[in-house]
Amino acid sequence: MSGSAGALEVRDLVVRYQGRPAVDGLDLDLAPGQVLALLGPNGAGKTTTVEVCEGLRTRDAGQVRVLGTDPAGAPDALRARIGVMPQGGGAYPGVRVREMVGLVATCSANPLDPDWLVETLGLAACARKPYKRLSVGQQQRLALACAVVGRPELVFLDEPTASLDPQGRRLVWDLVRALRADGVAVLLTTHLMQEAETLADHIVIIDHGRSVAEGSPDTLTAAGADRELRFRAAAGMDLRLLADALPEGCTVSEPSAGSYLVEGSIDPQVLSTVTSWCARQGVLADDLRVARRSLEDVFLELTGRELRS
Amino acid sequence: MTFSPGTFTPAPGRGQLGRMLATQVVLETKLALRQGEQVLLTLIIPLALLVGLTLLRVVPLPEPRATSALGTVLALAIMSTAFTSQAISLGFDRRYGVLRRLAATAVPRWLIVCGRLGGMAAVVLVQVVVLAVVAIALGWRPGAGSPGWVCLLIVLGTAAFGAVGVLLGGTLRAELTLAVANVVWFVLLFAGGVLVPAAALPGPLATVVQLLPSGALAEGLRTALAGGTPSLGHVVVLLVWTLVAGGVATRTVRWS
Repeated sequence: MSGSAGALEVRDLVVRYQGRPAVDGLDLDLAPGQVLALLGPNGAGKTTTVEVCEGLRTRDAGQVRVLGTDPAGAPDALRARIGVMPQGGGAYPGVRVREMVGLVATCSANPLDPDWLVETLGLAACARKPYKRLSVGQQQRLALACAVVGRPELVFLDEPTASLDPQGRRLVWDLVRALRADGVAVLLTTHLMQEAETLADHIVIIDHGRSVAEGSPDTLTAAGADRELRFRAAAGMDLRLLADALPEGCTVSEPSAGSYLVEGSIDPQVLSTVTSWCARQGVLADDLRVARRSLEDVFLELTGRELRS
Repeated sequence: MTFSPGTFTPAPGRGQLGRMLATQVVLETKLALRQGEQVLLTLIIPLALLVGLTLLRVVPLPEPRATSALGTVLALAIMSTAFTSQAISLGFDRRYGVLRRLAATAVPRWLIVCGRLGGMAAVVLVQVVVLAVVAIALGWRPGAGSPGWVCLLIVLGTAAFGAVGVLLGGTLRAELTLAVANVVWFVLLFAGGVLVPAAALPGPLATVVQLLPSGALAEGLRTALAGGTPSLGHVVVLLVWTLVAGGVATRTVRWS
């Protein structure tokens, strides 16, 4: 995911606000036809990073290449190749939905059909409504329409589903998948784990402007104490024998009465040890399942606090 | 939702500049003429004043009254559009992030500025035509004036008020802009040489009024419409306001 063919290449990016670093040494890579998710709590530096890549904000240090070009100063030729969905706003208060999509469409040489796009994004019913009277979800879908109407090579989506209902979220996800399938590179920011896990080829978790972990959704969730085994049985069983039988590095506990948790590298051997131990105790292990850590677990472990949303 | 493959295959490129500009000018004009408060300010009040000043002899005006009244309301109309309306819409457009939105498309920035100014010019043109037609109906005879001077003053007045309006709307918060733009409009209407000619104002105020864009434009237009030559001072005042406000604006106006 690097090299000269990259859609986006960020090295050691630093952006300061009044002396305090908002982005502090960030590296990013994104190839055409791939989705990169910047995952982080609010205030982590996601929007700042995106705005630097869009050419809307100046950086204090580091190299940025967007489609091979430095976005600083937002050269006309580069802006013609990218699509931008800002986080909120982005239309005249009195403009109608269809007019705004039409205006942005004329900025591009080969735009998508605005009518089709308005219809597809479920905005047909409010096509003649002024922007300021739209719901937040409708405003967000309009912003998405404006981001993709010019058939860009690279799309920046800043929290594209933050205010959408489940149907709207599903629609945006389908659209992102279609963009990816058609060879468009997508950089999206989100604080929704599920969104990053579902859509992204590569996830960078950032906090305080730094990358705290990155990788594919699989590697992120598989890393570290990657699996756990849970089962239910009679409360208060003596776990000493089981603990001795388990391989090195595996621990067993009873977090709540009758609910048992084995943590560590769960392989078939561990599973068999647990079930045969249960058989010897004459109990049936109920609701036995091997669970992988969710990205949310990884995220909270890394950022070490509640989601600030 | 499934999309057929190839729907979003990249095909980037900038649209035609002429079409982009035309679309933006038309849209900005429509937005200005569609908004009730703005239309009240830019058309309804000037029209009401044109009719009122001509038919009711409340304010002393040189004869023919339709000609003098037209000068007054043209100045007011230009002030309303280029200054008040422009400042308020710019303030809220910034708040709504539309300039940043457009700045992130393939549109060159100069074209965004031109589109905006073009929309303003189009509204002024609509105002001039509407007010002129009504003035004719009220007895104004276009042949008696100096059309060259009138046109020049309209352009200079729009530029001067536009520069101040952009400076205001481009730097202050939207709510503050709304308040300031309306208060200034009101003060200039009554004490800025628009409705009440400078000559009818008390001494020191009369001098100050001559140096304001409102006084210079209104006095100049009344003179030119009556067939006279506006004083050089009025032209210079409008030019100076344009250059000073425009100069400060290019350094201080923020896009969001």
